Amino acid sequence: MDDNQMEEGEKNTNVEVAPALISVHPTQNSVAVAVGSDLRVYDPLGDCAVSLVDDSGATSHKDSIRAIRYGANGKLFVSAGDDKVVKIWSAESWQCICTVSSEKRVSAVAISNDGQHVCFADKFGVVWVVDLHGIDGSEVSVSKTAAPLLAHYCSIITGLEFSPDGQYVVSADRDFKIRVTIFPKRPLDGAHEIQSFCLGHTEFVSCLAFVITLDYPQGFLVSGSGDSTVRLWDITSGSLLDTCEVDAKAGHLESNGSDEGYSTVTDLCAIPDTTLVVAAIQSLQGVMLLSCNLSKRTLSVAKVISIKGGNFIPTSLTSSSCTGLLWMVTGVSNLPGFDRPSVSRVKVISGFKKSSLDSLEHEPHALEDNDIPGGTKLLEKLQGSVTVDEKVFTAAAEALKAAMCNLLIKKQYSVEKREFRKRTRNDRKTRQ
Amino acid sequence: MLEKESNPTISKSTGLPRKRFYRARAHSNPLSDSHFPVPVSPSHVDFSLHYPQFFPSSSEVGCSKKIQFADIGCGFGGLLISLSTLFPETLMIGMELRDKVTEYVKERILALRGSNPGQYQNVSVVRTNSMKYIPNYFEKGQLTKMFFLFPDPHFKEKNHRRRVISPHLLDEYAYVLGVGGIIYTITDVEELGDWMKSCLESHPMFEALKEEELEADPVVKLLCSATEEGQKVARNVGQTFQAVFRRIMPTSRYMTTDMVCSSLAICDD
Repeated sequence: MDDNQMEEGEKNTNVEVAPALISVHPTQNSVAVAVGSDLRVYDPLGDCAVSLVDDSGATSHKDSIRAIRYGANGKLFVSAGDDKVVKIWSAESWQCICTVSSEKRVSAVAISNDGQHVCFADKFGVVWVVDLHGIDGSEVSVSKTAAPLLAHYCSIITGLEFSPDGQYVVSADRDFKIRVTIFPKRPLDGAHEIQSFCLGHTEFVSCLAFVITLDYPQGFLVSGSGDSTVRLWDITSGSLLDTCEVDAKAGHLESNGSDEGYSTVTDLCAIPDTTLVVAAIQSLQGVMLLSCNLSKRTLSVAKVISIKGGNFIPTSLTSSSCTGLLWMVTGVSNLPGFDRPSVSRVKVISGFKKSSLDSLEHEPHALEDNDIPGGTKLLEKLQGSVTVDEKVFTAAAEALKAAMCNLLIKKQYSVEKREFRKRTRNDRKTRQ
Repeated sequence: MLEKESNPTISKSTGLPRKRFYRARAHSNPLSDSHFPVPVSPSHVDFSLHYPQFFPSSSEVGCSKKIQFADIGCGFGGLLISLSTLFPETLMIGMELRDKVTEYVKERILALRGSNPGQYQNVSVVRTNSMKYIPNYFEKGQLTKMFFLFPDPHFKEKNHRRRVISPHLLDEYAYVLGVGGIIYTITDVEELGDWMKSCLESHPMFEALKEEELEADPVVKLLCSATEEGQKVARNVGQTFQAVFRRIMPTSRYMTTDMVCSSLAICDD
């Protein structure tokens, strides 16, 4: 019994830990970082911090933000999380144009390509849709209700994406499943027609991304998972095209090699207009660069880009379409045992430019803080301070790992423990 | 076979497993995390284990036969056994969440296969949570019939999401059913009967079978008579509520009937 209570207690403190998130505007007009309930936005073009205007309350979010995203056309921004509130912002005026309340905690968000629908997924596996028709951004903070779109049966939804052509909405869950659903003409009536299931992962699916090039405008889906693989899919048939093991490659750089040889892929980011995919991997200091061969339908590890100095294990990745820069953040909120509970560190990798795409002659490398667009002023805004004690990140990475395990990996009990539980079942007791 | 003689769980007179040794709880929580193995995808299911006579030497030849009927929550397997002889060439599978009950059905099928050589080769059972893992077992459009007979009513509104027929789960059933496939539901709880009917009626990919179609379908008669639950209801002279629906193409995305008519008219000219 004591054992059980301990376990529960441990779980509760760990679950509160939330990773820092980053998202960049499609044309890099602004960069947003979410740490805990804090949403920070910086405008590198105007070289100034953006202040959010939200008339609904003093603080925008009251609990950890779990998902942020810009719309494809750059007009909208959505943030949502554990406070069961989805906020839809104008990415131009940074006014909160719509607040939607959710019944459950929100785990993923997506914006349809035309910017007319916002979808969000909750921790009970239901994906909801909000219709934005008639909201032009001039009105302030409209309240809207969401309609259920589809559901994964009681499984936490970890990723939500629209296909590049807008025809499908793709949802991933912790039961190894990726569901491809036809996005209907009238989404408020629900999305009932399933195009395919992409099955092959053997652990929870953690992230989704689409690789799009001029030759393949419909794009190919890549997914990262707790089974240490990144997989390439054809979503119309649901067939698995290739599996890329990241375990072996990431192992070389692991800080403490004794780790169970198990590297969860935590985030994926496709560099726009290229066949490159960047993967963030738990316990990898840096990122892994994967290369897709779309005509041969293969996916392979191109190289590992390590980041010098400090324990920089990115928690979130993002990229804009025009600049070829990869933005990364690491950090957590509610870190137990530290005076500053929320920490974050932003870094940028450059060198994915189109010209150097195939040869990679300009090796992708991490920029110095001063070379980042916006420079230290941007860092000050997004991180809260320019310098962060790097020792904190080791603890942060561990806390995150534990939180992710608790959230997404099914509890495994030994046979004896299960037998014990069966013996102490209530219905058996009465019979004796 | 020798073992069978000494096995007390098998009845000596009928050779069938005795239910008293497979007592299980009446309900199982479909929401709880499962600890049984689940196939990664339909192609990972080894059918030679389930249907040895249909898949002889571990799929060397590559038998293309696929499961067509699924009895979701098959219980003690009464319907499957009846269907097996009615459709001897159709592969069918029962899915049951309760471990003991699945064991019973497994033994029952083995015993029947033993005492009736050549028969009951097309039925099998698997322990799984069909509400979570249907797509892990069946490909798109693979099934022609699905059965939901006397499912747990889950009366409380809070527990309605545990019901096996629900608007969202119907999307998955529509995915594994081919166009024209039929979904059979029956219950002795009026409230649940209404719920299942309304779920199916409001789903764009299902339409109700007409009265005469129900009359002509031999399977409909089995819904009450073949299952253990159905027999129980009949003993108590209870009422049953059935809903039988066909999987159709959703109309909104394809041609509407008007468009089909006009295109046909053009062809006639």
